[in-house]
Amino acid sequence: MPCASDTCRHRPLIQPGVQVILNRMHDEQLTVGLFVTCLVDLMRPSVGFAAVKLLENAGCRVVVPAQQTCCGQPAFNSGASVEAKTVARQVIEAFRDVDYVVAPSGSCAGMIKTHYPELFADEPARAAAVAALAAKTYELTSFLVDVLRQKPAAGTYPVAATYHDSCSGLRELGVKAQPRYLLSKLEGLSLTEIPSAETCCGFGGLFCVKYTDISAKMVDAKVDDIAASGAKLVLGGDMGCLMNIAGRLQRRGLAVEVRHVAEVLAGSADDAPAIGESDVRP
Amino acid sequence: MQSKAHTFTANARAALADEPLQAALARFQGGFPVKRRAAIDRLPEFDALRDAGKAIKDATLANLDIYLEQFEAKVIAAGGHVHWCEDADAARQTVIDLCREAGAKTITKAKSMIGEEIAINEALAAAGFTPIETDLGEYIIQLRDEAPSHIIVPAVHLSKEQVAESFRAHHRDLPAERPLSEPQAMLDEARAILRQAFLTADVGITGANMLIAETGSTVLVTNEGNADLTQTLPRMQIVIASIEKVVPTLEDAATVLRLLARSATGQELSVYTTFTTGPKRGDDLDGPAAFHVILLDNGRSRMLGGPFAEMLRCIRCGACLNHCPVYSAVGGHAYGWVYPGPMGSVLTPNLIGLAGTSDLPNASTLCGRCEEVCPMRIPLPRMLRQLRQDAFASGGGPKPMRAGLAAWAFVAGRPWLYRLATGLGVRILGLLGRRHGRFRRLPGASGWTAVRDLPAPAGRTFQALWTERNGARR
Repeated sequence: MPCASDTCRHRPLIQPGVQVILNRMHDEQLTVGLFVTCLVDLMRPSVGFAAVKLLENAGCRVVVPAQQTCCGQPAFNSGASVEAKTVARQVIEAFRDVDYVVAPSGSCAGMIKTHYPELFADEPARAAAVAALAAKTYELTSFLVDVLRQKPAAGTYPVAATYHDSCSGLRELGVKAQPRYLLSKLEGLSLTEIPSAETCCGFGGLFCVKYTDISAKMVDAKVDDIAASGAKLVLGGDMGCLMNIAGRLQRRGLAVEVRHVAEVLAGSADDAPAIGESDVRP
Repeated sequence: MQSKAHTFTANARAALADEPLQAALARFQGGFPVKRRAAIDRLPEFDALRDAGKAIKDATLANLDIYLEQFEAKVIAAGGHVHWCEDADAARQTVIDLCREAGAKTITKAKSMIGEEIAINEALAAAGFTPIETDLGEYIIQLRDEAPSHIIVPAVHLSKEQVAESFRAHHRDLPAERPLSEPQAMLDEARAILRQAFLTADVGITGANMLIAETGSTVLVTNEGNADLTQTLPRMQIVIASIEKVVPTLEDAATVLRLLARSATGQELSVYTTFTTGPKRGDDLDGPAAFHVILLDNGRSRMLGGPFAEMLRCIRCGACLNHCPVYSAVGGHAYGWVYPGPMGSVLTPNLIGLAGTSDLPNASTLCGRCEEVCPMRIPLPRMLRQLRQDAFASGGGPKPMRAGLAAWAFVAGRPWLYRLATGLGVRILGLLGRRHGRFRRLPGASGWTAVRDLPAPAGRTFQALWTERNGARR
């Protein structure tokens, strides 16, 4: 039964959490637009499906607007604001009608939430739309914990793991405790913190191909720490960092798996081999 | 100093291959960041103090002319002189003129980044003077004819063996076989030589950590006390300071001092914090007979009111260097000019132009650690990005990158085309990479695969799979 109460009107800006309670009271589902991110779309769809599963399990209706491609960050960080805006305008349009926008990436969510308002600062006519989008955009684990108030799900995942805090998620969005909290009820999963958990892995978007040598030195510091920790699995919330870390681990011949945290949280790690691994039997 | 920022990539490559440098950088990383953390954990109001420091600097910069003139008036009232210098040339010439006026031969110098910025030692030497650096680190790199690699620990790139080698090469009148393996032995040796310099110097040149408008005082912090001997013993003291160093009151200076040492070295205060006002007064036991302050602009007033104005809050603590993963990887010399690390990557293009320095703002992952630790809350990543925009707008950047971005924007701006192109691309790469799950080499991706494997895409895009799955659902 659709509810007649006017409190049911979606007002994502009232306060994270309150909206959810209102919707639950009136038996109305939240509509979450999944911002897939280009790396998940192209490289690792399993992360996108894991995110959908987590959101649906939490009671959300998930839509995936077809008009999305990329958030525009590669251009924005290269100083190409005109090009960045072209792509960003698409995102603003594509997600206009959803209650929340959720991305399995702190980097892309940070781009929309913190940098779109900067990018469009010279277009006051767009300010309201940009601010509304920024306010309703969240990184996946932050959305599950901070907005939906999800409790950690029970499960089993016996492995010694460590967590890499991606810079944008950590410093722009405050993502630190949320993924660890969500992982905390997985039986068998032990999380060892490495000293450089909060240090950049050297990915940095185009940085890693423009300044390959420096990037290699940075990711080596990370990989050294991972190896020293004894962890057999690296988890994180951003495909860019994870591909960089996995690629360097593999180049150095270290047998440590790398996965997006959403796959483990959704219990769908069996759906795809770890990043850079193959499921083809030789 | 001639900028070598235009060869940043080559500088960085050389630095990464320099084993003694890499060993020095590895030693360095465990030091200051850990001490800073401990110092801040002991001071719960540190973040409130940062807000206070930022507010002081912002208010001062908004009225910079008033405070500088107030400072000047107070210096003159105390018997000193103030020289306004628009650029490095003017500052150098003024210092040389003053040294000539003093009939100087030997000139002692305390550590000063403005001294580096205007290359004062080279200018003094060319004019026939003998400038002697008295900060131990600066003394070492002066012997080696090198630039500082860090704004507070200038010789951090060196090992003690390298220092001993330089001492043997330059201190020729000491016994060749003397033991120099321990830092204490080198310290004693430098101290004995510098003591002589302090006693014979005619002019002492210092920088200033702050200038105090209400009193006309200059503030100097050191851990060696060398700046105190530099400013009190010679007949003339010359302070070289840039215009953004002024703060209104003693109280303000105290706030900044509480932030400075903690952020820099994790100390609560530096070992020496000295407030100096004017020349020696009648009943003073010591002090210079003549006291001069050089106020250097050198491009800073242009930054006021613009997107880089907040950079002028910088108090040169070095925290952004100490916490920067790029600085930690390549050290300070790779940046090619006076100021390295994140603060340098913003300051250098502002002071000497973006042409030839545009690698500096680009060589950052924008990880945000610098802004996180900056006691003055300077939005360094935002400014680095702004400089990238400025460089891009003026046609900068490698041609393939510009063409690539234009092509990317064309495709990414047309979702149907994007789906078509990416769908095809991932299908091919997925097939090629299926067996191993990754590529060791891939044409066109050498920037990635030179140092790491590239995961193979799954073969279908999420969007394609989603459309299929949802079609099936309905």
